[in-house]
Amino acid sequence: MRTPLRPLARILQAREDGLNPDQIEKENLRLRHEAMREKSRSRAEFRLLLLSLGFVVAFGAIGARMGLMAATEPVEPRASAPGAEIIAQRADITDRNGRILATNMTTHALYAHPKVMVDPKGVAVKLAEIFPDLDAKALERRFTDGRSFVWIKKVLSPEQMQLVHEIGDPGLLFGPREMRLYPNGTLAAHVLGGTSFGAEGVHSAEVIGTAGVEKALDARLRDPAQAGRALTLSLDLSLQATIEEVLFAGMQMLNAKGAAAILMDVRTGEILALASLPNFDPNDRPNPLVDKNAEPGDSPLFNRAVQGVYELGSTFKIFAVAQAMELGLVTPATMVDANAPMVWGKHKIKEFEGKNYGPLLSVTDVIAKSSNVGTAHIALMIGPLRQQAFLKSLGFFEPTPLELVEAPGARPLIPKKWPEIVTITTSYGHGMSASPMHLAAAYAAIANGGVMIKPTLLKREGPTTGVRVMSEKTAHDAVTMLRRVVTEGTASLGEVPGYEVAGKTGTADKPKKTGGYYKDKVVNTFASVFPASNPQYVLIVTLDEPMDTTLSQARRTAGWTAVPVASEIIRRVAPLMGLRPKLEPPAPDAVTAASN
Amino acid sequence: MRPVLYVLSFLALIALGFWAYRENYATQAALKEMAGLQRQIVGLREALSVQRAEWAYLNRPDRLRELATVNFDRLGLLPMEPGQFGTAAQVAYPRQTLPEIDMPVDIQAPEPIEEGL
Repeated sequence: MRTPLRPLARILQAREDGLNPDQIEKENLRLRHEAMREKSRSRAEFRLLLLSLGFVVAFGAIGARMGLMAATEPVEPRASAPGAEIIAQRADITDRNGRILATNMTTHALYAHPKVMVDPKGVAVKLAEIFPDLDAKALERRFTDGRSFVWIKKVLSPEQMQLVHEIGDPGLLFGPREMRLYPNGTLAAHVLGGTSFGAEGVHSAEVIGTAGVEKALDARLRDPAQAGRALTLSLDLSLQATIEEVLFAGMQMLNAKGAAAILMDVRTGEILALASLPNFDPNDRPNPLVDKNAEPGDSPLFNRAVQGVYELGSTFKIFAVAQAMELGLVTPATMVDANAPMVWGKHKIKEFEGKNYGPLLSVTDVIAKSSNVGTAHIALMIGPLRQQAFLKSLGFFEPTPLELVEAPGARPLIPKKWPEIVTITTSYGHGMSASPMHLAAAYAAIANGGVMIKPTLLKREGPTTGVRVMSEKTAHDAVTMLRRVVTEGTASLGEVPGYEVAGKTGTADKPKKTGGYYKDKVVNTFASVFPASNPQYVLIVTLDEPMDTTLSQARRTAGWTAVPVASEIIRRVAPLMGLRPKLEPPAPDAVTAASN
Repeated sequence: MRPVLYVLSFLALIALGFWAYRENYATQAALKEMAGLQRQIVGLREALSVQRAEWAYLNRPDRLRELATVNFDRLGLLPMEPGQFGTAAQVAYPRQTLPEIDMPVDIQAPEPIEEGL
């Protein structure tokens, strides 16, 4: 009910009393405003309450949902199908044609809960019967000393698993395991390396790489996003198998302690085959040697092609000659002083078996006859600083950038100081050590028209660019000289009809641990390029302590050991790569002869 | 009119409830079937990887080489050699089949067909 602002009775009364009736109106207006204010405040309060309640409910709902999501176990969405990547935790490794080099297999691990075991003693005895490497007494002790969990075997074969099932004890349990399998056995063992289990749980175990590509590219192989895609190496399984077969036969025949071979595509830098003997089975990787006196090369795990850092001998001569030609100091026909022995300070530089090719020898013949003195004179023309810079550009001062975990550790051995006598010895491959892989990369630069390409074990798509280290003409002349070595020089056994092998032999005495060199222990190397008219491949063959005993006297020079092995490898491998032999043109009546 | 509407909506409610019940169980059955199929897929994929490994194992170069040696009598397989490359000139022309002896043979070139006809 609305009260009037000027109630007539009160106004009249006020007029009678001589008071101002306006005051009554004002008083009433004030009261009315107060009431209105009170009402709107209570309404606003109610609205605020409602709003805050809304906020509480909204935030509460979000909080509750978050709590719920945090507290529940994550579940795969049920509607989407799992991809292949969920199955394998480690990607396969294949060769360049997709043939499997390493894959995974599901198998089981065996563990025990001794507390729930019915007959620990009987179980221990039966297990020892199944696994001859387990000791029944030791097992029984571990089953009965109060522990509640015992690992027994990391990996079981299906047959062994069945036998364990037949024991029938509830305390024996199996955990699923993913196992790395190398179906080709020892083939390319040094490249693949091996794996072992990392963190192990009952339901699964981590598989981690321990050597080779498996370790160097561990992150890529374990990347869940790429688990479905196999890692494609540059190796070719057929070539690798052939090279290992021939190399092994050669090693046996020449009584060598070890051998290594590298086949490389000079255009792309891809390593098509990399063999090191003796080898091992990566499925059952042997333990590294623990004997302190043992040389690393005694272990089959040692990768001679990459880790074997040796003086590479006369194979280095071509670098000095190529550089001198590049600098314009000599041409292939220039005559240089080759009068042996050469005296330099207190050192005397001799030729092989004290020969003398002098007094003058053309640069081509320095390479073909492998003259130390001739090379020394050429190196002196170049000088130490330029020689170092050139060898550096060929990669001889750094470890090879190969995708193997062993590669960064194989640092070449370089003399600390570089006086002129080091310039002389380095020019014919003494006093400085590098691995066959370094040599392959440097020869590939010559074969590739003077462009240095990084060697790689991964398949490359398309052509690659590199750094130019010498002109195309120098490279071509160098290959022509290397061809002369085979046609009329020290590597005459290396000729393979149709394939125009070019190459350089190298024989280096093995250094003693105590200093000095062994008289009868050598490392023979043959670095070859083929076909010479259009070089496509580089093959390096290294034999460790070989000895040719087919004739009355034992021969230890590369021309009699590494060269025949390399030529047999080329003869077998080149057709496999689809390389057509360049034979003499067929007789003119060949068409008519074949038509009937 | 109104009671009829009530009855109809009640019946509709029952029908919808029945439909929802059936859909629920059909969904659950489909999910169960899918889980089963996925298990099967996983199993088959695993089997496939084992087969692949076995294929690679059986085709390892060592074994193939041994088999080629053992079966040399029948297959006569030898490693590939440079001499096995041939040239196109070495391929013989296919032997022409001669016509029967009493068939007439053209000894003159047939009349050339005049152009434009």
